[in-house]
Amino acid sequence: MINLARRDIVHHLKSYLLTGLGLGLLIGVTLTMAGVYRGMVDDAKVLLHAVDADVWVVQQNTLGPFAEPSSVPDDLYRSLLGLEGVAQTGNVAYLTMQVVHQGKSQRVMVAGFEPGKPGGPAFLVAGRPIARAHYEAVADAKTGFAVGDVVRIRRNDYTVVGLTRRMVSSGGDPMLFIPLKDAQEAQFLKDNDAIIEDRKRLEANPAVNRPGQPGVLEAVQAIQTSSHKVNAVLLRLAPGVDAHAVAGTIARWQRYTAYTRDDMEDILVAKLIATAAKQIGLFLAILAVVSAAIVAFIIYTMTLGKIKEIAVLKLIGSRDRTIAAMIMQEALGLGVIGFFVGKFAATLWAPAFPKYVLLETGDAVRAFVLTLVVCALASLLAIRAALKIDPAEAIGG
Amino acid sequence: MKLSALKLTKHTLLLIAGAVAFIAAFVWLLATSGPLAPVGVETATATRADLSPAVYGIGTVEAQNDYSVGPIQAGRVLRVLVDQGEPVKAGQLLAEIDPVDLRQRAEAASSSAARARQAAQAAQAQVTEADSRARLAQTNSERYQALYRQKFVAKEMADSRRHEASAATAALAAARANATGALREIGRAEAELRGIDQLRQSLQLVSPIDGVVTAREAEPGATVVAGQAVLRLVDPARLWVRARVDQARAQGVQVGQAADIVLRSVPGASLPGKVVRIDLQSDAVTEERIINVAFDPAPAQLYLGELAEVTIRLPGLRDVLTVPRAALAQFGGQTGVWQIESGRARFRPVEPGMQTAEQVQIVSGLQAGDPLIVYSAKQLDDGVRVREKQLTQR
Repeated sequence: MINLARRDIVHHLKSYLLTGLGLGLLIGVTLTMAGVYRGMVDDAKVLLHAVDADVWVVQQNTLGPFAEPSSVPDDLYRSLLGLEGVAQTGNVAYLTMQVVHQGKSQRVMVAGFEPGKPGGPAFLVAGRPIARAHYEAVADAKTGFAVGDVVRIRRNDYTVVGLTRRMVSSGGDPMLFIPLKDAQEAQFLKDNDAIIEDRKRLEANPAVNRPGQPGVLEAVQAIQTSSHKVNAVLLRLAPGVDAHAVAGTIARWQRYTAYTRDDMEDILVAKLIATAAKQIGLFLAILAVVSAAIVAFIIYTMTLGKIKEIAVLKLIGSRDRTIAAMIMQEALGLGVIGFFVGKFAATLWAPAFPKYVLLETGDAVRAFVLTLVVCALASLLAIRAALKIDPAEAIGG
Repeated sequence: MKLSALKLTKHTLLLIAGAVAFIAAFVWLLATSGPLAPVGVETATATRADLSPAVYGIGTVEAQNDYSVGPIQAGRVLRVLVDQGEPVKAGQLLAEIDPVDLRQRAEAASSSAARARQAAQAAQAQVTEADSRARLAQTNSERYQALYRQKFVAKEMADSRRHEASAATAALAAARANATGALREIGRAEAELRGIDQLRQSLQLVSPIDGVVTAREAEPGATVVAGQAVLRLVDPARLWVRARVDQARAQGVQVGQAADIVLRSVPGASLPGKVVRIDLQSDAVTEERIINVAFDPAPAQLYLGELAEVTIRLPGLRDVLTVPRAALAQFGGQTGVWQIESGRARFRPVEPGMQTAEQVQIVSGLQAGDPLIVYSAKQLDDGVRVREKQLTQR
């Protein structure tokens, strides 16, 4: 028995392949959209994974350093380090800002960390880790900085000594790691004009600048310009220690809020990017439905375009099963071609996106199955239409 | 069937060629940039090298000693003779505090001293007179005693003369005591005068050193309290950088080590310096050790309070096993390096030693010539497939 589908495809090879290509691009767009969604969620988690902290200690009743502002004293780590089961602590400070590099302004999230403690970049693609206590930086490669570049943050110049990859804030801004003390200064340092204005204001205040009490003014000014706050303290626990128990102890006795890694992930994914993710998710759902509909329509119309041939087949006595198999095979073939073209296209253009696009293998498998199911369902419709065709049409034209 | 297959050879060939090309491209794409691609890594080898570590800190240019010149008691500034930036000599008059009534008090003290001296003279004259009286009374008494023994006078008269003599002696003792008191009074009055004089001298603010005025904090007419500075001085030959070094990295810093000082105003050039003092008292809040680095030699012009970066060179190690610092990784709570083992990443714990900016000493865990992963395009995990590849353009 000859394969009707193969013969038919070979007969209309060009149009068949072009239809497959068109379908493929549509599937590619859908896959990319799924990748954008996954990338967004991944962006939110990437810092958590890189930092690899078991517990995040933040200001009481706040949602951590990303979703809400948080500030804790930078010597809090001393009392945390004394807790049972805490192996390592690290102070961190995060601030999103524009940095100027070669005359161009670049949006980055500056992360202050203590070298050798949790909070730094997990790996490098070039250069070296931060070695000095001040004025060195490790940048995400997406910033476009190169090793040896000098960037200006507030009033100091920082030398980029190393590059890393996939280190972004939950908003997708590339990160710039600098020593903690510099980050604290950058976070709380006012511009020079504001400092001078503040000094004048203080001088004019009789409460702090009283005649006959020299030194009070200087002391008040010194307090105002120094900062001993960080945004969060990261804890790494000894193996086998329950993070929830440690977090509970800290919340109860130290009077700070502590999140385990899972809590933090929940805050970042479910709270911080919730609306944006829902927006993209809904769009993805609509796109998937529309794509499925278009695939179905294409297959249906393709079959209807063959009414005459099918009528002829019927006239020469082909069995219904043969005709149904032909339509089904053609439809599934289109689906397979479309899927692979789509996957190819999506993989090809994904790296060009400004934000991270994560093409998950699981998504690809789901999309493949979905494509085949949609094609099969659409071909069932087409088969129903084909079987109703009157063989007389072959002659009637 | 065979005939039809032959007929379609051209088409079939095209189809097969196209399909093969597409599948090849697809596989290539997945293998290079898809999720199945191995992680790109750059490698290096462990080598023996010399390490010369350095400790880095930032600080400000400060004077070793800061002299605040001010009055010892509250007063009004009368004159300020020097201004900021002026060089001064030790002992030079810098400013003066208004003495108010001190001159009048000195005059009063002076006249009371003179009066005391005159009173002393009067007391001395009284002593002379009493002495004379006493001698006369004594002579009279002796004479009457002799007359009484020869029975020329009554005993009553002789007793009376003896009483006069002892009364005159007592009067002499009183006059002498009076005279001594008058002399003491001179001492007291003169001491008071000297005290007022010294007070007047203390109102003259003089320079304790050969130095430079760094601040003029009060102007004529201003009232200053005891101890408040009117002028501040420093010795320009004794300036240093008070550098703050992270306690975690301050290990090994010792007095006498050479250092490079880079001033914020001259970022390109480094000035030679030397560690001259390490403060026993560290800053407990910022967790920094305070290390004072002197300029060696001192540059011609320095500005106090200028930010300076200090790099202290520590004694190094010769010919030790080293790896690039970027290769050192943390995994599963251990420190180690990643190596490639038949195309897969494997973690190998090592014991790191001395670190410099670029290199780290490996005490144990590696041999010279061992290859290891320095850079990776992703966070590595034990067993992930890796492939050597250039990660960045250089």
